[in-house]
Amino acid sequence: MKELKITPIKDGTVIDHITPGRALKVLRVLKIPESTSSVVSVLMNVSGKKGKKDIVKVENRELDPKELDKIALIAPKATINIIRDYEVVKKHIVEIPDEVVGITRCSNPTCISNAREPVESRFHVISKDPPRIRCYYCEREPEDIAEGII
Amino acid sequence: MNFKNRDIISIKDFSKEEIEFVLDYAKHMIPYAQGEKHTTLLQEKILATLFFEPSTRTRLSFESAMHRLGGRVIGFSDPSGTSQKKGESLADTIRMADAYSDAIVIRHPQEGAARLAAEFAEVPVLNAGDGAGQHPTQCLLDLFTILTEKKKIKGNNVVLLGDLKYGRTVHSLAYALALFKADLTFVSPETLKMPKEVINECKELGVEPTSTTSLEKAIKDADVLYVTRIQKERFPDAEEYNRVVGSYKVDTALLQEAKKDLIVMHPLPRVIEIDPSVDTTTHALYFKEAFNGIPVRMALLSLIFGGKKL
Repeated sequence: MKELKITPIKDGTVIDHITPGRALKVLRVLKIPESTSSVVSVLMNVSGKKGKKDIVKVENRELDPKELDKIALIAPKATINIIRDYEVVKKHIVEIPDEVVGITRCSNPTCISNAREPVESRFHVISKDPPRIRCYYCEREPEDIAEGII
Repeated sequence: MNFKNRDIISIKDFSKEEIEFVLDYAKHMIPYAQGEKHTTLLQEKILATLFFEPSTRTRLSFESAMHRLGGRVIGFSDPSGTSQKKGESLADTIRMADAYSDAIVIRHPQEGAARLAAEFAEVPVLNAGDGAGQHPTQCLLDLFTILTEKKKIKGNNVVLLGDLKYGRTVHSLAYALALFKADLTFVSPETLKMPKEVINECKELGVEPTSTTSLEKAIKDADVLYVTRIQKERFPDAEEYNRVVGSYKVDTALLQEAKKDLIVMHPLPRVIEIDPSVDTTTHALYFKEAFNGIPVRMALLSLIFGGKKL
């Protein structure tokens, strides 16, 4: 019987240690596949040294590690590996920024940021571990950050 | 301490020292608020009052405060006569008011509206209530009322009663009272309890609030009883409202159990939660509290226009 294996990539970016079940949300935050024509592999519930995790591999494209910090809200333990010729040439652990703009929607339906106004959603990060954010506009804290990912 | 051109959006934007400064400033405004002394401090200034939601006290007291300071007022109290009805965004309405006035007071049914207004206005914006969100000037006048009656805020046992879930005044007030280290007791029906995030904020400020559904128990040790209306307009469905309306009533029989110097406050309007027989007792402070809106708002208006102490 043939077995389909996800092989190591030659060049590109591997996002490792994603909270299990969050890989598709990570893709949404990074606007993949719309933002790239590269081959993207998604692995979910992979057994690792520290339990289950998801992994995303983007071939032939080096994503800017800082840009990837925005996934930290939903995958706070994620690591970004830049791969060249099968070798990890750069490793970056994501860090939650102090302010989160345009990534997640306010969970309060009557918040003005959810109305037809020319503004993006905006949150202050009040705790990085565990991630807690507060809406700049209505001052509410969403209970489930991943739920509101735009 | 510099308040010139500052937006007044949330009580959380103020430090304890800044609140004390505003309250002290407000004390000096009382004779002007009562019409005993006169000033033309803001005679060149125009205040725009944009009320997208009904209001009696907040709008009238802001307008009275501006007039008492010698300034002028433009605005509306019913958005049905404005371009909002034609689909104009709040951002565009604010841009217009910004061009026509020197400061903007806004009340809006959506939380965060005042913060958004402040982004689009060059002139200072004062939040007069945004949905179930913040109402900082009400909070300041409530603190002012407690301070003038009790001489201090710290150590007073303040009971917040009623709709603690949707009521905007109690959220800001609980935070501010915790900042001043008052003791807090929250009394509400189970379904209208104080949101966890407000309780956590109080704890972060070193105050551990007590929560109960029994007003009879809470009244005995109270120094301040802050009553709120169960607000029909904030309920997502009428059934939930019907289940809790009339849960509590403050009347003279209940007050027999209270301390002699208990003060009863209410942001008003009241409906049935305070019996009119309480009005003539020494406990009733809610009408004086409503008056206090004028000196406090006069103080804020003077400060954001860079006014010196009168």
